[in-house]
Amino acid sequence: MGVVDHINTAARKVPVWGVYAAGLLWPAWLFYLAVSGAIGIDPVKSLEHELGELGLQALIFGLAITPLRSIIGINLIRFRRAIGVLTFYFVSAHLLVWLVLDVQILSEIWKDIVKRPYITVGMAAFILMTPLAITSNNMSVRKLGPRWRKLHKLVYPSAALGGIHYIMVGKTWELESLLYMAVILSLLGWRVYDSRRKQRARDLPTRDSANPA
Amino acid sequence: MAYKNVLKYSDVTPKADYMNRRQLMGGAAGLFAGMAIGPALGASKYSTDAEPNTFEEISGYNNFYEFGTGKEDPARNAHRLTIDPWSVQIDGMVDKPGSYGLEDILKAVTQEERIYRFRCVEAWSMVIPWYGFELNQLLKMAGVQSGAKYVAFETLVREEEMPGIRSVNIEWPYREGLRLDEAMHPLTIMATGIYDKPMPKQNGAPLRLVVPWKYGFKSIKSIVRVTLTDKQPQTTWNMLQPREYGFYSNVNPEVSHPRWSQATERTIGGGVFAKRKETLMFNGYEQEVAGLYSGMDLAKNF
Repeated sequence: MGVVDHINTAARKVPVWGVYAAGLLWPAWLFYLAVSGAIGIDPVKSLEHELGELGLQALIFGLAITPLRSIIGINLIRFRRAIGVLTFYFVSAHLLVWLVLDVQILSEIWKDIVKRPYITVGMAAFILMTPLAITSNNMSVRKLGPRWRKLHKLVYPSAALGGIHYIMVGKTWELESLLYMAVILSLLGWRVYDSRRKQRARDLPTRDSANPA
Repeated sequence: MAYKNVLKYSDVTPKADYMNRRQLMGGAAGLFAGMAIGPALGASKYSTDAEPNTFEEISGYNNFYEFGTGKEDPARNAHRLTIDPWSVQIDGMVDKPGSYGLEDILKAVTQEERIYRFRCVEAWSMVIPWYGFELNQLLKMAGVQSGAKYVAFETLVREEEMPGIRSVNIEWPYREGLRLDEAMHPLTIMATGIYDKPMPKQNGAPLRLVVPWKYGFKSIKSIVRVTLTDKQPQTTWNMLQPREYGFYSNVNPEVSHPRWSQATERTIGGGVFAKRKETLMFNGYEQEVAGLYSGMDLAKNF
């Protein structure tokens, strides 16, 4: 049995509710660390940063599920909704820490959102994610039909904006945020490549039939 | 042939001695406590009476990109720095240019405690009990020539001891500068210690600048070169992002950083639920330094 099979077998044993539970508890644990002073000398910044990074990681993980299956055969598709919902939860927690613990002042919050590009970009990413979180239930999938798939493509611009937001937060060009962006762009790039490939595969037979030798 | 001093930097003022000296000052302050108005006698009139941050906070949360860009990187990596022997090249428009051994500098100056507010451009702040001497003493030692208008500073570059030199994309050395009148101001000090300890390496040992009314990045660390010049010197953050970091970089709640407001600050040490504090003009040193900038448009000269 190869590594891929091992991973698939192991993944089958993980209940989806377990992923939800771990994901829900993780920010609570970080918050506990922050309150108890175990997360660094500037706990608000550390918490904000950790949650934002967690959101990006979950987003990347969610985007990686399809290529993982398609390229190497690792099948994690049944976790995808949980990962998506948790991404929104992490990003909401990140936003909440920024609002309540960091900026605090209501008038400053609004000023920051309009005046500061990196906040604007981050907010845009969050807003794009919101309808995805709202429609991440079976009823919405049924009701929206093919439009559901279309709507959920919003995750692509949202991911790109999230990556840009992280780069813009840094005082200089920081390697870590650039690596995140590189991963996001390759996951999006793969989708472009894959859809073109499928398009060509669909086109080929027609061309052949139109041109009988 | 360079003169090699066998004395170590720590030999000049043994810790026990300056500790004793402070006890004496403390005692004197106690004696006169009944008469004292404002801060205790013996403490510098330039010191704030705000509660200082802990040594752990001050030495565990630093921006010193030569040791990495994370706030904890300097504390983790700076132990590799060799600070003994240490000398400072003083050159440019001075009467006595040359390489000054730190021991010789410290023999010639008067050191004292200065408890200053410290405001980072990233909108956080601390209160730090520095130990050091006024920069004007050093400049007088070298003899400033009449045409000099600015002072330029450079941090050590030593790749084998500073991992950030290779990994961080900045044109080294780290550079800073002051106008001569700013440099001569009694609030401007060269610090050699924090609390009763020698300067931690992550805070810029063995000798760093402290300009309390300017954003923290102006207070350049681990200084190896001081140059008197008649031209405004290049400064690192201004070279990187001229739109975001000006030459003056005076603390100013009314002039926002393009990416965040400078109106308020988070005080380090207050915990998760600490309220933000209003940032003060010139970081609360308006009375002392506003005169240096009279007639200047501070929004333009940010």
